[in-house]
Amino acid sequence: MTYVLNLTINGAAQAIALDDPRVTLLDLLRERLHLTGAKKGCDRGQCGACTVLVDGRRINSCLTLAVSLDGVEITTIEGLAEGETLHPVQQAFIEHDGFQCGFCTPGQIMSAVGLIGEGQAGTDPERIREGMSGNICRCGAYHGIVEAVLDAQATFQDGVKRKTA
Amino acid sequence: MSISRPLPHDAAELHVTGQARYVDDIPVPADCLYLAFGLSTVAHGEITGLDLSEVRAAPGVLAVLSAEDFEHMPDCSPSAEDEPLLAVGKVHYVGQPVFLVVAESHLAARKAARLGRVDYRELPAILTIDEAMAAGSRFEAGPVTWSKGDAAKAIAGAARVIEGSIEIGGQEHFYLEGQAALALPQEGGDMIVHSSSQHPSEIQHKVAHALHAPMNAVRVEVRRMGGGFGGKESQGNALAVACAIAAARTGRPCKMRYDRDDDMVITGKRHDFRIDYRVGVEEDGRLRGVEFLQLCRCGWSQDLSLPVADRAMLHADNAYHIPDIRIESHRLKTNTQSATAYRGFGGPQGMLGIERVMDHVAAVLGRDPAEVRRVNFYEEAPGALPPDPRSTSPKKKAEVQSTPYHQPVEDFILHGLMARLEETSGYQARKAEIAKWNASNPVLKRGIALTPVKFGISFTLTHLNQAGALVHVYQDGSIHMNHGGTEMGQGLFRKVAQVAAAGFGVAPEMVKITATDTAKVPNTSATAASSGSDLNGMAVKAACDIIRGRMAAFLAERHQVAAEDVHFEEGRVFVGGADYAFAEVAKMVYEARISLSATGFYKTPKITWDRMNGSGRPFYYFAYGAAVTEVVIDTLTGENRILRTDILHDCGASLNPALDRGQIEGGYVQGAGWLTTEELVWDGKGRLTTHAPSTYKIPACSDRPGIFNVELWDGRNVEDTIYRSKAVGEPPFMLGISAFLALSDAVAACGDGSHYVSLDAPATAERVLAAVNRVRGDV
Ligand code: FES
Ligand code: FES
Repeated sequence: MTYVLNLTINGAAQAIALDDPRVTLLDLLRERLHLTGAKKGCDRGQCGACTVLVDGRRINSCLTLAVSLDGVEITTIEGLAEGETLHPVQQAFIEHDGFQCGFCTPGQIMSAVGLIGEGQAGTDPERIREGMSGNICRCGAYHGIVEAVLDAQATFQDGVKRKTA
Repeated sequence: MSISRPLPHDAAELHVTGQARYVDDIPVPADCLYLAFGLSTVAHGEITGLDLSEVRAAPGVLAVLSAEDFEHMPDCSPSAEDEPLLAVGKVHYVGQPVFLVVAESHLAARKAARLGRVDYRELPAILTIDEAMAAGSRFEAGPVTWSKGDAAKAIAGAARVIEGSIEIGGQEHFYLEGQAALALPQEGGDMIVHSSSQHPSEIQHKVAHALHAPMNAVRVEVRRMGGGFGGKESQGNALAVACAIAAARTGRPCKMRYDRDDDMVITGKRHDFRIDYRVGVEEDGRLRGVEFLQLCRCGWSQDLSLPVADRAMLHADNAYHIPDIRIESHRLKTNTQSATAYRGFGGPQGMLGIERVMDHVAAVLGRDPAEVRRVNFYEEAPGALPPDPRSTSPKKKAEVQSTPYHQPVEDFILHGLMARLEETSGYQARKAEIAKWNASNPVLKRGIALTPVKFGISFTLTHLNQAGALVHVYQDGSIHMNHGGTEMGQGLFRKVAQVAAAGFGVAPEMVKITATDTAKVPNTSATAASSGSDLNGMAVKAACDIIRGRMAAFLAERHQVAAEDVHFEEGRVFVGGADYAFAEVAKMVYEARISLSATGFYKTPKITWDRMNGSGRPFYYFAYGAAVTEVVIDTLTGENRILRTDILHDCGASLNPALDRGQIEGGYVQGAGWLTTEELVWDGKGRLTTHAPSTYKIPACSDRPGIFNVELWDGRNVEDTIYRSKAVGEPPFMLGISAFLALSDAVAACGDGSHYVSLDAPATAERVLAAVNRVRGDV
């Protein structure tokens, strides 16, 4: 039997026919929609390489059944930049060398965007480290990752201040 | 000039936008097939029956292959031809591939692989070091022994004799991108293979052999890996060979990717060791003689175990001059995954042996471990280096001291380096403060350790120390560069592109970085042994020099000046008062019918090595570093954390300080993980029970030290390496030893110092707690 799933992915509304209710969001993105930015590191919710945003909240897409997401808005790494302009978190990852092999990077960046959105971490490196600890970087680029999140956080706060000023 | 600049990784923008492609991201033709292995469930046994009918009948399955489908079973070994693609007659470990499923989807292949029915007659399995020693189960006829002087006599004549033993666990690579390969059949039986491999030439060789085709019929391409760490030096062979065989038989593209659990169960890991030591030492801490017994668990096939065990022996001295030494190494064959290359390649295990000795000696003599280390350091060689004002080296002797394998140590810099680190990290003051703090804190105890690294650079198999490159300059001045090295996150492509840009005096953006391709540069060595930029940087430079020489000669003639007076700088070429854009010159040279393409080649000079006798100069030079780590342990639970780390590391004249810092930080985190939280556990049946990140604890962001100071030592390589830089991939990994010995120091603080309590690695919370109880005498 076929299910029709209505999703907004990176701003575009899509109706997706699903023949199997057990397809995870990660497989849906990678294998059917050819959005291969989100990575499969463990396929069991333990590495964070597959992190995407669902209605602005970060989730492990490998643990989420696609059918459970009818009507939501999904943002993947491919949808973060606005045209040629990188998102401040993306820019910060380049500036602070927040990666080596890059395989964890899409997940790290989506997780960082989610973390900043949660408004919990602020500018405390300790809390950022905690908040990012669901995303493994085997290359150990944690220094750059934390610096990048701190920097992006500051950019946002500046932006907010400027807007409200 | 593009050298020494902290430029980001080559594909930075692709990574942050999710556009960077790994093997599993490459779009495949619609008719692509997917593969999965059916795995052995016993550690050692004879296959008495194989019923694959249910597998064949499963939905989406096109073919199932097992031993009976091959006249000659393809081999996947990098060395001894002892790794059949699929088990033939017998299985040798839990997780060994027994049959291969070819299906319409990845999931279909995996599901079907579970339906295979294999009957075994179980045979006794040898799982541990002790079992292997008792059974004499080993590679090579007997142990390998190297010695210098007479260790037994020296020990007997020393003031004190200290003995001990340390268990050292293995390590799962957990490259975040699992093993993957994709084979695309071409006309006339040719094959293109995309592989996540550090060694494309070997993949090419193995695939060609399996297809009974010449190497020129197989082209292997590697754009990048999502981490390798040694785990993709030989462990990708099976997937590439399986894909190529299935592609050849079905005529359709075939892809294979191990799921994480399969990856951990099938592939080899770092070798675990037990090292026994007997040491003769003077009251001032000076070592007179040392005997090491290194027992190395290699798993079921030989793979790279012999050179790994050799390198453990080659680092048994680390930074210390030991006048009389004997090292005996046993390479044990067990019914477990075939242990393989892992960052440091045995060096870390060998080094941990002698660092444990230092810790033990200092404890017994009641001396500062840093002091004990310093009195045993090699001396700085006379005249090899400009005098270093910071050096605390005692008066120079005329003789250059040599290693246990008789290589003179000519570039030793640790006296000055360690003195500077002691100062910047405040080691002595903090040590005193920690002792005070510990005296008034019964539950939490802090510990600190300072450890040095001296790591030998070159492949110990001398012929591997060569590299090739291919460089083209197009008529618009853009440059295309290719070399034999592979990119796995270490920043090799960026560094080598900097070399090419410097060669032509142009901006790095002018240089196109392209995938490693066996059709462009042949007969390459693995990207391993930290040698990537040393070898490939030199090869690329050689190619650039040739082309630039042709351009210079052309302009020199036209302007009637000497070729040496033609200068390439900042995108322009200066000659006899005139100057041209680089692109203009490229066009003129092209129109003058001069070739703008060249290959470059490099082989490391000076090295010679007699492996059987353990004598020669296996290493072109040494890379150095030191780290101070401070930890705190909870004596009620054994839980612990790293509070602060200070590192001073030697990259020679760094090609790219940003990338080098990344390697140092990442290497330290991975090294500390190996010795603290990363524990591999096999059950009594040889089953790996830690086969997912839920049970195998990899350092997370929150495990990184709160204070983490990393500095580069501002030196130059005394040897003529690429712009006098030094290799940086592996050496910093061993800085993690300081975290382990800091834990040992914290444990010691729980006792009265009357006896040394040895900690085994990894020092998990459980082991730390047990050691605390032992040191307190309440076991
Ligand atoms: S792939 Fe989803 S958490 Fe690892
Ligand atoms: S950059 Fe390699 S895993 Fe994070």
